[in-house]
Amino acid sequence: MAKIIAGMGTSHVPGVGAAMDNGKTDEAYWQPLFAGFQPLRDWHKDNVPDVNIIVFNDHATSYSLDNYSTFTIGVGEEFIPADEGWGPRKVPNLKGHPELAWHLVESLMADEFDMAVAGSLEVDHGCTVPLSIAYDQPDEWPTSVIPLCVNVIQHPLPTAMRCYKLGQAIGRAVASFPDDITVGIWGTGGLSHQLGGERAGVVNPEFDKMFLDNLTADPLANAKIPHTDFIRDAGCEGIEMIMWNVMRGALNDKVNEIYRFYHIPVSATAYGAIILENTD
Amino acid sequence: MTTRDYDDVPGTYVLDSRTYRRGYHLNMFLMTLNKAECREEFSQDEAGYLAKFKLSDEQKQAVLDREYLSLLHLGANVYYAFKLVSHDRKPPQVMYGQMSRPELSFEEFQKMMLSGGRPIEGNRYKDESNG
Repeated sequence: MAKIIAGMGTSHVPGVGAAMDNGKTDEAYWQPLFAGFQPLRDWHKDNVPDVNIIVFNDHATSYSLDNYSTFTIGVGEEFIPADEGWGPRKVPNLKGHPELAWHLVESLMADEFDMAVAGSLEVDHGCTVPLSIAYDQPDEWPTSVIPLCVNVIQHPLPTAMRCYKLGQAIGRAVASFPDDITVGIWGTGGLSHQLGGERAGVVNPEFDKMFLDNLTADPLANAKIPHTDFIRDAGCEGIEMIMWNVMRGALNDKVNEIYRFYHIPVSATAYGAIILENTD
Repeated sequence: MTTRDYDDVPGTYVLDSRTYRRGYHLNMFLMTLNKAECREEFSQDEAGYLAKFKLSDEQKQAVLDREYLSLLHLGANVYYAFKLVSHDRKPPQVMYGQMSRPELSFEEFQKMMLSGGRPIEGNRYKDESNG
């Protein structure tokens, strides 16, 4: 039987990938961030699952106004880094896990989550930057990946509660997969940030702390946050945090918080990371 | 027109149905800049390339002038606008600063973020904001 070993939350700021790709991580601006990554990377080195489900959003890369699904699962054999306007990142292609991915699709549909299915998907920084944060710069990624896209850009968006319930359904789906494999689940994006408009650059450490505290101890509280509270208090793009609810929903009710890291600024955002291990 | 409960958040442009309809062709133009061949064609003749899309004259001019805040007013979403600043090989903070009110240079925007970011206090509601 498949087993979820842990969940990770992390922002997926494209600048982090660019700093790594262009060898800038020792610069004064980036140094504190990469120092904060080290304990997280050490944990990942000791806890490599067979497959990671990466919950992220596409940023007008593979999906745009002409066709945008609420929840999409990548079922392909391989996913390649996308050209987002400055050429594709030079990072390894992602190896898919079609068996588990299709099992997720079938189980989630039976559980009344109507998933879109992507056989081919070019993945943007939302998916590749978390891999770089966790695994640095390997020749190939140490796990298979199932990309799971959530629409957090084009309103109406799924509610924070719907995301949490999707996570719970993913938890049930993984538990019913017959093969003895280990699974990680990552919620990405956030934390508080706003990129557009006169208020660009707004961040809210108090909100972020509340969200991270709840994530460990009271995930249902995060599932009850209305969209407008995210937009008003955590910035228009801070609403990406609802994807962390998918991750948390897939874990057990009780989890151990292994690591937490918070840093301002990364570009125009508050960076946050958390690792939560399932308790038996 | 339908109102939304986030309409009183200052300086914030949510991609909802209103923006979607206003900015459809503008965002679909910006989306093409994901492709190297389109970036090349746009570089060669910006106005000529823009003529291929159903943009208003105002939208075309805002693209040509790199007026990012005007682009948001005219229906662009920031993730789509990101393609234009990337095309110009400029860091996104140039765009974030230009959209800010008061307007900030790249250095000023970086400095604001390094000192903890724009505070949420005074920026939750339009009637408490200077922006």
